[in-house]
Amino acid sequence: MSKLLILFFILISLAIYADTKDLYQFATADQKTRFTFLTQQFRCLVCQNETLADSNAPLAQDLKVEIAHLIQNGQSDQQVQHYLIQRYGEYILFNPPFKTTTYILWLGPFLLLIFTVITVFMVRWRR
Amino acid sequence: MKKIILSYYVIPLIIFLSLLLLFWRGLQLDPHQVPSNLLNKTLPKLDLPDLINSQHRLTNQDFIGHVSLLNIWASWCVNCRLEHPFLMDLAQTQQIKIFSIDYKDDSMPSQQFLKQFGNPYQIVGFDKIGNTSINLGVYGTPESFLIDKNGIIRYKIIGPITQKIWQEQIQPLIKKLQS
Repeated sequence: MSKLLILFFILISLAIYADTKDLYQFATADQKTRFTFLTQQFRCLVCQNETLADSNAPLAQDLKVEIAHLIQNGQSDQQVQHYLIQRYGEYILFNPPFKTTTYILWLGPFLLLIFTVITVFMVRWRR
Repeated sequence: MKKIILSYYVIPLIIFLSLLLLFWRGLQLDPHQVPSNLLNKTLPKLDLPDLINSQHRLTNQDFIGHVSLLNIWASWCVNCRLEHPFLMDLAQTQQIKIFSIDYKDDSMPSQQFLKQFGNPYQIVGFDKIGNTSINLGVYGTPESFLIDKNGIIRYKIIGPITQKIWQEQIQPLIKKLQS
């Protein structure tokens, strides 16, 4: 029985090893790091709360292939970002940029915090 | 006394009601309707083999001189199947030229699809690996683009086109573009 268990765990670990093998080949380690970094910056539009890196949706895989190509062809991070925004809009950015339409999104929580602190102080002070 | 009523009852109520309003608005938004970044821009470069007649190709030239609809579909896509009868009806009315891109498909099942349900398209561009569709910002079939006489994208419909969407959103726009 214990031998069977050992065999089971060995086989399981082999399966995990197979899964971690690289799908995308890069000439330099730097390119690979950039690929990992970049794919975490963009949203998968099919499953919207996942990054491209996390997603297994067919579109996410296609876009990862495109990003890998762009990196291999010597495109900069900005150029890759421009490529994706041009096609899918700013919504593809996982971190929304700080601009007029997103002020409330970025500043809202802090304003609420300040408002709450002021209210609490006023109520306590009055007592 | 009045002050206490105001600060302890009225203000929280106002905050609660405005939150409710925000949530109510949020319920009516569909996060899957991502606005296209290609609106009012020229159709990206297009050069695809014709699915039916391999001698022909679907190119940007096909969109010049008339208002057209470009429908992105696939034989494996359930919503495209739902949309298809509407496109067949639309093709019969001859209001508009309908072109299409067959997205990440195999030629056998897609030809079978058109044989079985009819072919409303002038030309079916065959985008087997899907990279032309990526240039169009496609992320889920069916998607459709309304393109004006000069080959500029004027509107995008995500999901199946229905009679209601057509009459309310697209038809008025076509009239404007054709005039």
